[in-house]
Amino acid sequence: MAKAELMDYAKALEQFEVVIGLEVHVELNTNTKMFCGCANVFGNEPNTNVCPICIGLPGSLPAVNKRAVESAISIGLALGCSIAPTGRFARKNYFYPDLAKNFQTSQYDEPIAFEGGIDIEVPSGNVYTVDIERAHMEEDAGKLTHVGGATGRIQGAEYSLVDYNRAGVPLIEIVTKPVYGAGAEAPELAAAYVRTIREIVKGLNVSDAKMERGNVRCDANVSLRLHGAEKLGTRTETKNVNSLRSIERAVRYEIQRQAAILAKGGTIVQETRHWHEDKGTTSAGRPKSDADDYRYFPEPDLVPVQPSLELIEKLRAALPEKPADRRKRLQAQWAFADLEFRDVVNAGLLDQIEEAVAAGASAQAARKWYTGEIARLANAEDKDISELPLTPAHVAELAALVEAGKLNDRLAREVLTYVLAGEGSPAQIVVARGLEVVNDDGALIAAIDAALASQPDVLDAIREGRMQAAGAVIGAVMKAMKGSADAARVRELLIEKANA
Amino acid sequence: MSNLVFKPAHELVQLLKSGEVTSVELTQAFLDRIAQFNGEVNAYLHVSAESALATAADVDRRRAAGEALPDLAGLPIAVKDNLTTTDAPTTSGSKILEGWVPQYDATVVAKLRAQLMPILGKTNLDEFAMGSSTEYSAFGPSHNPWDLDRIPGGSGGGSSSAVAAFLAPIAIGSDTGGSIRYPASVTGTVGIKPTYGAVSRYGLIALASSLDQIGPVSRNVLDSALLQDAIAGYDKHDSTSLPNSLGSMTEAASRKDVKGLRIGVIKQLQGEGFQDGVLNRFNEALEDLKAAGAQIVEVDCPSFEYAIAAYYLILPAEASSNLAKFDSVRFGLRVTPEGNPTIERVMAATREAGFGPEVKRRIILGTYALSSGYYDAYYGSAQKVRTLIQRDFAAAFAKADVLVSPTAPTTAFKIGEKNEDPLAMYLNDVATIPANLAGIPGISLPIGTADEDNLPVGIQFLAPAMEDSRLYHVGAVLESILEAKWGKTMMDFAPKLENLVKGAN
Repeated sequence: MAKAELMDYAKALEQFEVVIGLEVHVELNTNTKMFCGCANVFGNEPNTNVCPICIGLPGSLPAVNKRAVESAISIGLALGCSIAPTGRFARKNYFYPDLAKNFQTSQYDEPIAFEGGIDIEVPSGNVYTVDIERAHMEEDAGKLTHVGGATGRIQGAEYSLVDYNRAGVPLIEIVTKPVYGAGAEAPELAAAYVRTIREIVKGLNVSDAKMERGNVRCDANVSLRLHGAEKLGTRTETKNVNSLRSIERAVRYEIQRQAAILAKGGTIVQETRHWHEDKGTTSAGRPKSDADDYRYFPEPDLVPVQPSLELIEKLRAALPEKPADRRKRLQAQWAFADLEFRDVVNAGLLDQIEEAVAAGASAQAARKWYTGEIARLANAEDKDISELPLTPAHVAELAALVEAGKLNDRLAREVLTYVLAGEGSPAQIVVARGLEVVNDDGALIAAIDAALASQPDVLDAIREGRMQAAGAVIGAVMKAMKGSADAARVRELLIEKANA
Repeated sequence: MSNLVFKPAHELVQLLKSGEVTSVELTQAFLDRIAQFNGEVNAYLHVSAESALATAADVDRRRAAGEALPDLAGLPIAVKDNLTTTDAPTTSGSKILEGWVPQYDATVVAKLRAQLMPILGKTNLDEFAMGSSTEYSAFGPSHNPWDLDRIPGGSGGGSSSAVAAFLAPIAIGSDTGGSIRYPASVTGTVGIKPTYGAVSRYGLIALASSLDQIGPVSRNVLDSALLQDAIAGYDKHDSTSLPNSLGSMTEAASRKDVKGLRIGVIKQLQGEGFQDGVLNRFNEALEDLKAAGAQIVEVDCPSFEYAIAAYYLILPAEASSNLAKFDSVRFGLRVTPEGNPTIERVMAATREAGFGPEVKRRIILGTYALSSGYYDAYYGSAQKVRTLIQRDFAAAFAKADVLVSPTAPTTAFKIGEKNEDPLAMYLNDVATIPANLAGIPGISLPIGTADEDNLPVGIQFLAPAMEDSRLYHVGAVLESILEAKWGKTMMDFAPKLENLVKGAN
């Protein structure tokens, strides 16, 4: 496929207004599936958590999971939505082998939650209100694995395997209204929005909210129109964008791609597009028109969901802190300067730092590690920090080792690479690799004496007040001790020796 | 041949309880008669001799040991083949499910097992219960025991012919637009469609979910009452099942008089299009009820005119979606076409080969009715008609305790007679469909034979939702009035199957 032409980002924004719309699917962490009693767990042997209902055997009927309804209501309330006093499920009809009944039981014109909105802060500190159109309940499909063929897609595959363990897992789909006015910050806004949704569902404890496991999935709609134009441009829907970084990149990419086409007088095809993490590009999926005919009709096998006012108020009262309130609280607790805190928020590190602090780290140490070395390592691996095999407890442990003087900065950074390599916790690695800082004076004095043997003038220089001369000896000691020497102590000992 | 098979189910229950008859003896008597006549009647698609006898033996052993047993323990029963059974194939009359043995029992089947009722086998039906004659069964039509050249009604012609031919004392049916009541009407038997939700649909292979209802088929009203009491009740697996009990049908079927009962004759369901012999028997039955002290009033249900049209939009719409799961991926038939077998081509080839003509017709109708741009005009309008029909019923029930009509416009027609005209076939259900659209209960019971053809005529009573007991009450009273008048039961008018079969040979 020919590489798509991209317009310079700044230029694209000069010419066009960006409109985005986001659909986020949240997998709930209920014990059982949406419509049957099968376990809702990730990673079991294929087709072990299945029953006549979730594989759609003839005669089987769905029954609504009460916990899932409560979770949906909580999410709706946290998004500032109204909750429908009565709402029906609907069938979305289409044939696909991962869909056991060849229809998805979903909600159509009667979503459980509708008309809400949340404020989203982007890296610049600007705050945008994202209006929520609806949040509705539905069931997940099974998981297809296409074997053979070049693309890993169904077309061209030799055969396909279906795992129905995921079929019927409860999902909440959250749909925004079109979001205008973010301009150049639209990509950041998209990512910050999804981050906020994650924070909300984690705070509610209704989802594991792990993007890498597909607990939170985002489809990003992007369209452009000339500044001042009334009519919305044709949109594309980029699917399969499963990290915050990718969401930002995918939206930015679509803006540049669409701008290049439109600037040349071309037209945008309304279609789904696939995001390719490796190449940082999107490619055309299937054409999608508004007339896509799913033949929705009310699900006759289920009675309407009618949550009582008491239930809604009970769930409202139990809502956790709003993300914005939480941020205010954490900044105060951690005593971070505004800029420091904004960096932490923008990097999506609130959870990690909070957990590291809970595990004993000082807020500043946790911040320093996460925004510094850990961010650098994640970047080098082209990953989100959340994707690294590193827990906040590891970071707290590392900070404690440094605090106790057992590791210096350089050694601590080295230990970090071993943690990422899966060698264990920092404390285990220090023991296993013998990396502890040497602050045993005897060993240090021996090394200093050895270094002085080749540089006898240094002691005189120090006595004369030329302290920079000490550096050469400290360097030699560090080298001889493979970096495990406590440099500050070496300097002290050297000065003591000169002045003795 | 033992005379046991000709006895009503409630008598057999007493004989079993008193120990005069063993369940094995009784079950074997039915199995023998099935072996003798099922070839001619084709009531059963599958006979479960072994498991039926095992259940029977278990009942006999436990009864001998003095255990307390459920009311219907040991009484054999036939089950329509659109209910899942773990010990017998379940086809729903379709090639697409041929040989499929379900992994789970329908709730109703589980209740029959809990009652320790030997299940004799699975009865024939129009494919996926789409039809009024069993002629659309992929496994050949069932034959009416009153005249083997005629249809036994449908879709539940297997259950009606099994009961009418004494191949079962009692049976389970399902009624979406008349599939219990119409077969009862043309075979001289009793059939009840309970209130929507009175009996769990879990394990019933869905035709149209908002219309389907499971109910009893028998040779007298009391037998059906015993069965409804055994199978009704809330089921957590069926969200549409009713949470509250509707009371004892057995008790309602034991009431003796109808003095003061207001019976509303539906203006729209008589006269033109109804066979003379049907109307004669119907009017006589009304006279009999009046003589017994009932008050006969006329009620007007103007929206019934649109019932068939609405039904043939709602039913195919739901069916087109319900039948989408038959795609070869997880169970049932799989046809792999020549050439490059993509998933779409395998699904298409399987559905092409596995579904019969009426099923395809309704899937296409329903897919169209739900299509974007047509939804409001078709499915949407049909739902509005449904509301209007419910309002007609509400108004009618303000004037009458039960409503009445002939169950069907005609007596049983000949096999093959209406094959070329699906619309004519649809008209058989003109009187039964409104009850399904409104979710209310209905009973059909025999009121004699038509003068012109000596074939059974059925009368239908309808009651408000959850008032099923009224049907058993009025049905049982009318039945006893007629039996007193005739000096025998309805089935005593029927020709002996032995003679019919001999004649055919």
